Parts: sequence; C-alpha cells; structure tokens
Amino acid sequence: MSVRKWLEDKQKFGGLIEAFFEEAVRNSIAHENDKQIILSENNNDLWARCENCGNMLHIKFSKQNKSVCEERGNHLSMDSMERIEPSIDPNTWIPLDEDTISKDVLSFCDEESYENRLIRSQEKTGLPEAVQTGIGYSNGTLIAPGVMDFQFMGGSMGSAVGEKITRLIEYATQKLLPLVLVCASGGARMQEGTVSLMQMAKISSALHYYQVQKKLLYISILTYPTTGGVTASFGMLGDIIIAESKAYIAFAGKRVIEETLGQKVPDGFQLAEALFENGLLDLIVPRILIKGVLSEISDLYSSVPYKKN
Amino acid sequence: MDFSEQVNELQRKYDEMRKELYGQLSPVQRLSVARHPHRPTFLEHILNITDKWLELHGDRAGCDDPAIVTGIGTIDGMSFMFIGHQKGRNTKENIYRNFAMPGPEGYRKALRMMRHAEHHGFPILTFVDTPGAYAGLHAEEHGQGEAIAKNLREMFGLRVPIITTVIGEGGSGGALGIGCCDKMLMLENSVYFVASPEACAAILWRTADAAPKATEAMKITAHELVELDVVDEVVKEPLGGAHGDPYSASQNLKEAIMRHMKDLLKLDPDSLLKHRKAKFRKIGAVQEGVKLDPRFKRKMKPRDAHLDGEQPPQMT
Repeated sequence: MSVRKWLEDKQKFGGLIEAFFEEAVRNSIAHENDKQIILSENNNDLWARCENCGNMLHIKFSKQNKSVCEERGNHLSMDSMERIEPSIDPNTWIPLDEDTISKDVLSFCDEESYENRLIRSQEKTGLPEAVQTGIGYSNGTLIAPGVMDFQFMGGSMGSAVGEKITRLIEYATQKLLPLVLVCASGGARMQEGTVSLMQMAKISSALHYYQVQKKLLYISILTYPTTGGVTASFGMLGDIIIAESKAYIAFAGKRVIEETLGQKVPDGFQLAEALFENGLLDLIVPRILIKGVLSEISDLYSSVPYKKN
Repeated sequence: MDFSEQVNELQRKYDEMRKELYGQLSPVQRLSVARHPHRPTFLEHILNITDKWLELHGDRAGCDDPAIVTGIGTIDGMSFMFIGHQKGRNTKENIYRNFAMPGPEGYRKALRMMRHAEHHGFPILTFVDTPGAYAGLHAEEHGQGEAIAKNLREMFGLRVPIITTVIGEGGSGGALGIGCCDKMLMLENSVYFVASPEACAAILWRTADAAPKATEAMKITAHELVELDVVDEVVKEPLGGAHGDPYSASQNLKEAIMRHMKDLLKLDPDSLLKHRKAKFRKIGAVQEGVKLDPRFKRKMKPRDAHLDGEQPPQMT
C-alpha cells in the first residue's frame, strides 16, 4: 500500500498529512539516483529482514526509506547516527560530552568484567556510550537533542548516560532551548547497581527545573524498545510524548509479567498502538515525518499569545 | 534432676554464637534478614514511634492501593506525613497488600498525599519496603512507568523536608517512586537494588543459582551504599536483626529521623530544594577529560558547525 494510504489508515495525523505528503513520498524507494552503497562493518549483508513480516529489504533502499519496511510500515531499529544525520541541518551540529564514559564504580564482574565489557562494546559499536547529545539546528530552530542507541549494551542507562542527559538538560535550561530525547533502552545498567537507579532521579530532578520552573518544552520520542528505568523516568515525562509505530514501550518486560501472572500476555500488548489506546501517548508518528512534526510543534508552542514572564 | 547449669551453659553458648553470627553479616545474609517474614513492617514502626496516627486513603481517582499506606501523625508532638510500602504480616495479609508491590494508583495516591503535605506544611517521611512495583497487565495499561516518573519529578519540587528510610527491601523504581529525598537512611540489614539479585543473576549469569554472586557484586547493603555516597546514614538494628527486637529498632529509627529533621527544618524552602537537587546530582561515576581512542567514536556525529557560529558550550 502507498505511504499516503498507510498514514490515512492510521488516522494519527489529521491535517498534517497534507503538509508533509511531498516530503513523505520524496524518499520512497521508487527513486534512486546515487549509486553509492554504504557498507559498514555492521552490515556485511546487503539485505536486512523485517522482523514483523519477514520481508527482505535491500540495505540501500532501506536506509533511503529510513529503515521502514515498505510492506506494512514496520519501523526497524535504527542507530543514533542514522537518526541524528537527517534531522539536523547541515553544518550546525555541536556534540556535547563526547569523551564522557562510565567508570566501573562497583568493580563489577559477572562472566566478564564490566570494564572489559565497556571496551568491547565501544570497539564493536564505535560509540563511547549509549547516548549521543549535542545541539544543532533543525529546520532553522536551534534544539537540544539527545539520542539513545540500543546497540551499545542494550541502551542501558548507567552513570555516563545519566550524566550526559543531565548536562544536556542543564545546557538547554541555560540557553532556553527546546529539548528532544529519543529513547531506546533495555533499562538501567545492572553493572553499576544502585548508582544506575539514582540516574533516574538525577535526570528527573534536572527535568523538574527545566519543565516545571522554567516552563520550557520537552518532547520525548519513544522508539523500539523503551523499557524499565527510562520509561519510568524521562521517557514518560515529555510535555509531548511521541512514539514510533509498533515501538515496544514498557515498564516491566513481557517475560516478567508472564512470570508474575502465570499467563501469557496478549499479542500487541505493550506496543505503541496499545499505549495510544490507553491514553499514555500524545502521538504516533511515522519516522519519515518526525523532523517536520517536531518543527511544527516547536512553532505551535512559540506562537503562544500569552508569553510567560 | 537439676539441669539448670547445663541449660545456662547452652544459653551462654547460644548468645555467643548469635553475637558472632549477627556481628558480621555477609550481603547474602543481610538480604535474607531484609526479606525475613517477621521483619517489622511500616505500620509496626509507625505504631512504635508515633504518639498519634491517622491513616488517610485513596487517590481520589477510583482506587485505594493497599500496597502503599499513607497518613498523618505526630512524633514527640511534631506532625508529619507518613508514606510507606506495607508488607503483610502473614500470607493472607500479603495477598491483600499485594506483597507491597504498588500499581500506578499507589504512586498517584502517594503523590496526592505529598502535595497535601506540602500544602499544609507537614514534613514528609517515607518508608521503603518493596520487592518492586507490580508487574501486571492492569498496571502497565494504567501507566506504571508514567506514575513513577511523575513522582520522581514532582518530589524535587516539594517545599517541605523529605526523609526516606529503607526499612526492608528497596526494589528499584518501585522504591525510588517514593524515595527522592533530602536525607536517605537505611536500616542496617535492609537492601536497595536496581534489579533483584535473582533477576540480575538470570540475565547476566544466565542462571538463577548465581543469585548469591549477584548479591555480592551489586553492592546492595546499607554500608556499601553509604560508601557509594547514595545513602546518608545506616541506622543500627538490635543484635539479631529488627525482627528480634522490633521496639528497639523503631526507637533507633525515630532517633535518626528526628536528628536529621532538626537540621533540615533550619533550611528555608529554596535552600532545601537546592540541597535535594545537589544530593542526587552528585551520584554517578564518569571518566572525562581524557580524549578517547577515535575508534570508539567513529559512529558519533562529529562537530560540523562553523567555528564562528554557536560557541562550544560553556557551563556556568
């Protein structure tokens, strides 16, 4: 089915479809002009399989289509670089805290020492930690985005993630910038114990000052998967909460619930669509439209007639 | 036949062994004391330390979660708002209390009470004793994550002193949902973890049998957390654990709470909020100032803004 039909089907958009239809179809797989195929060491295959319908997607077309399967619109997971690159206007990105990494505060060792695990993840993923933060222009507005990456130790939140996000919020508070946090996490980082848990409180404390006292705008975008400590802290604190289609968003994981209740969880239970029906999300936005939607939202909030003091 | 001498001798040996055993408990042993079925619960401590006590109920939105108990009372004539997880004292009560695992309604009830306390000037005392927030269908559908998140954020804006004491198990987000405070106390044998040792073992060691190893590795006991600068004070328990002499344990708790409260009441609300923010701001161990190997940053978007544009961030 065409992109337009899919969007209308979902009815999550109302009037915005018309505004972005051009942009939505511009990147469809019908057009391919450049012959460069980007092969990174993570994508030795040229093909990826959609986990929803099993459709095979050629990597090049998949990336052009922002890793959305054209069969039924399933959003495959996407790493942080692929998210930031198209969302930020060229030549405007300033990263923050690039060299901040976690310390092995508990001298933790399970089957492998935490220190080694960190180094291995850093080598494998090419990321120092599970979140990239920075500032940049998006459609002409300066914003403060933080993008989590599930590839790095399952997007788990430890001291470094907590510290980077807290500093991003503090910077945005000082410079009065809108904050956008893209969440993708398996929960808190167990190797840092209770220190990881406290990162939830630390970030929420910074958000209190940012949102409640300074009355600034924070948009959270929940992607596949957003679970545990991230859901129970900054994930669900956005002034506007956007989710990607079929994102798995949960506090307790499916297996834990099944063990607690001794019964199977119904299909589609903790997906974005189910949360939407239960009133927990503001919007479900197809990935290709997120940049435009964020601009529109930012515009709506800055055009208020009743200015705050 | 007079066996009193032998009995006295055995009693003496028993006392000595008990002292030895409880003198130096390992984390695994402390975990089992924290989960002991006769460990004093929130209400038992309340009834031991308050002169007056009035339980208040409901989230005013359709539910009164039995896993969280809230109310007002006085300690030495001074009024406080009390909020805590309530475990059952027997199986029947545990089922009624849902084993102290609150749903979103419990956190919303707690938030309502905390706002009520701020409005009327009651300092807030919270007591943590939960295996974790309830993991069920209804809880997820009604926004378990959102309820906890809301509490975390709002607690940093309450303009009254907050003291949290972990009296038993501190189960992750379920505990933190009422645990953002000015001072964090822990009873000597209580624990505070980000994931239960059993869950941690199952995920990291791939076998639940590794739970004792996980308990040691995660550093969940009171003394270990003081060293990590998460907890402010360890409240001593009578020899044998709180369940051996609940009244003494409660008195130690009362003394510690009143001592910290006296200091907190000297602060004006703005300083109080600053202090609370700073307490959590400092938690976390990161390495920085060391340039990382570029291989480890190859998937980060590098800076491409012009140098005369937005300046590199300066934090004041």
